[in-house]
Amino acid sequence: MVEVEKAALSIKDMLQKKPILSSGHRMCAGCAAPTVVKLMGMALRGPTIVCEATGCLEVATTIYPYTAWNINWIHVAFENAAAVASGVAEAINALREKGQWKHEITDVIAIGGDGGTFDIGFGSLSGALERGHKFVYMVYDNGAYQNTGIQRSGATLPGQETTTSWAGKVEPGKRERKKPLPEIVAAHRIPYVATVSPYYTRDFVTKFRKALEADGPAFIHAYSPCPRGWRSDTAKSIELAKLAVETGIHPLYEVIDGTEYIMSGPSKRLKELKPLDEYLKMQGQFKHLFKPQWEEFKKKIQQDLIDDWELLKKKCGIE
Amino acid sequence: MTSVEKIPKDQMVVEGLTGDAAIALALKQCDIDVLAAYPITPQTIIVEDFQKFVANGEVKTKVIPVESEHSAMSACVGASAVGARVATATASAGLALMWEILYCAASMRMPIVLTVANRALSAPINIHNDWSDTYGARDSGFIQLYCQSSQEAYDTTIMAFKIAENKDILLPIMVCIDGFILSHNVERVEMLPDQAIKKFLGVRQPFQNLDPDNPITMGPLALTDYYFEFKEQQDEAIKRVPDVFKQVEAEFERMTGRSYGMLETYKTEDAEIILLTHSTPAGTAKVVVDVLRERDEKVGVLRLKMFRPFPSKEVAEAIKHAKAVAVFEKCRSFGSTCNPLALEVMASLYDLKEKPMVTDFVIGLGGRDVPPTTIVEGYEKTKEYLKQGKAPLYETLGVRK
Repeated sequence: MVEVEKAALSIKDMLQKKPILSSGHRMCAGCAAPTVVKLMGMALRGPTIVCEATGCLEVATTIYPYTAWNINWIHVAFENAAAVASGVAEAINALREKGQWKHEITDVIAIGGDGGTFDIGFGSLSGALERGHKFVYMVYDNGAYQNTGIQRSGATLPGQETTTSWAGKVEPGKRERKKPLPEIVAAHRIPYVATVSPYYTRDFVTKFRKALEADGPAFIHAYSPCPRGWRSDTAKSIELAKLAVETGIHPLYEVIDGTEYIMSGPSKRLKELKPLDEYLKMQGQFKHLFKPQWEEFKKKIQQDLIDDWELLKKKCGIE
Repeated sequence: MTSVEKIPKDQMVVEGLTGDAAIALALKQCDIDVLAAYPITPQTIIVEDFQKFVANGEVKTKVIPVESEHSAMSACVGASAVGARVATATASAGLALMWEILYCAASMRMPIVLTVANRALSAPINIHNDWSDTYGARDSGFIQLYCQSSQEAYDTTIMAFKIAENKDILLPIMVCIDGFILSHNVERVEMLPDQAIKKFLGVRQPFQNLDPDNPITMGPLALTDYYFEFKEQQDEAIKRVPDVFKQVEAEFERMTGRSYGMLETYKTEDAEIILLTHSTPAGTAKVVVDVLRERDEKVGVLRLKMFRPFPSKEVAEAIKHAKAVAVFEKCRSFGSTCNPLALEVMASLYDLKEKPMVTDFVIGLGGRDVPPTTIVEGYEKTKEYLKQGKAPLYETLGVRK
């Protein structure tokens, strides 16, 4: 039996578990990504290697000659975190079989932002999932290319204003829907997919631990509010992470083996979705949607959210 | 340095192998830990053969059948960072797709062996040989070695690991063979026993790796205050390649009796005109020289093996006595004064007071055949230019104008 570290689910256990990311990491005030990473750290089983895509988290935490990472970490480029993780995972397997790797468990985690995952790294992610490497891929989704200055991505929401989807006299920000990435990933029939929010810490850590223990690739979609890009109060990021779940922007669920959808507690307990406006009004990036001009457009977004929510409930077997 | 002994002839296995098959067997015997590759003509046989070794349980290698060459090189970097012995293979568009990560592999100091069956770049799409692919990657930081025969491809692949993994080098390396002309041509290859290669290479001892007992950060952000120093160190490393290459070759020679050098000279001692090229055209050039020598023409061949780092001093030393050097190269550097090989040769001669005339002939693009007559044409033109006392900066041979 291999000795593994316990996942830290309670605040007491969390305080005792060594953080994987140190303070002084130079992420923006109020950014949820360091919280997401720290929660990931609470789930770890033991030796872990993180393979990260280029992005906010990567550049801010490793400005040479400093690093905020207390565990092994590698960054190569933007669109290849999953491919790098494939190499890391298989190298460990090869060395272990030759008796040159003494650790019984060495978990491999790839991390990318939404740009590096929904868009440019999508091919490398899909390839790695199809090949079935034992690794966890976590996307921290802050809804745009925040690192390069808030450009639209496949994860940007309809109605969201970015520097490449401006709200103007004739445009309401991004018009297109968000790419349904967790479902696309689940369609690869990998053992485990879950969505998480840094507000629901116990749910987050439990799911991440399940991902690490899955027999094959696993995928975690973490919601990660960005005060700089969203033009929101730096003190409200975790509240926004909660509201995203309550409004159905980021419902919490798991998909087992690509077919079995399970609604998670925080989403399951919702009697009905909160109005989208509650989420939108806290962010400057949606300010324009409250103009009469975009009333119909905003209604459509709300209706789509409700429809998606009903569809998800159906998939999860909830009447 | 390990102590190697001469391998008795009866322990060598002789087989007829294509360049690709020779490389696949060499990779197998090098007991690589990870191979991540994507199929592309004319390299594919390397990956196909290797997967057959896997299917038959002949290797312990983990093969990652990636979804693109970009991911192939990325997976190689990840595996190499763990400390594994790693290889991949590609050509043409595949190398172009790897481009971004070639620079990462070199700058992150990953000793990856990349075998390339040189092939033309699109467009028009073309599967045949020229050197546009690897010449284009000449500034990526990879070491580049070009082979003339299947035997040399086999030997060089084995030596490549020992050069790349040397702690004074730690750089990735390309082993290049001409697509189809060598990759698909069967030649006699003398193969070493597994045990001898095992002793020659040993197990890779990484200088720094992703070791859970000693966590490190690899591939950080380095800005105006440190980036330049990274590049400076990388430059120092590639400058050390010739010394390490010589040591490795000397050891290999003790074991096999074979060595190639960074460059090979053929009948150049008294040559007035030296034909300078590499890979398979060098074989053709040698035959041309033999025939011309029968007609008392003072001509020889310099066959380059190492293009990166470019052995400037050695090249200058080998050609400085000639009246002219005719460069034959399978690449056009569009908009440039002349072409990559000639540029290097001219720069190598720059400091000499008396220097030979350099003529530059672009040949064989997209696999256009390079028969002996093409080499003779370049030779005759060079003779004529010597008489006139001047030559064009470059010319194309064997093409309809």
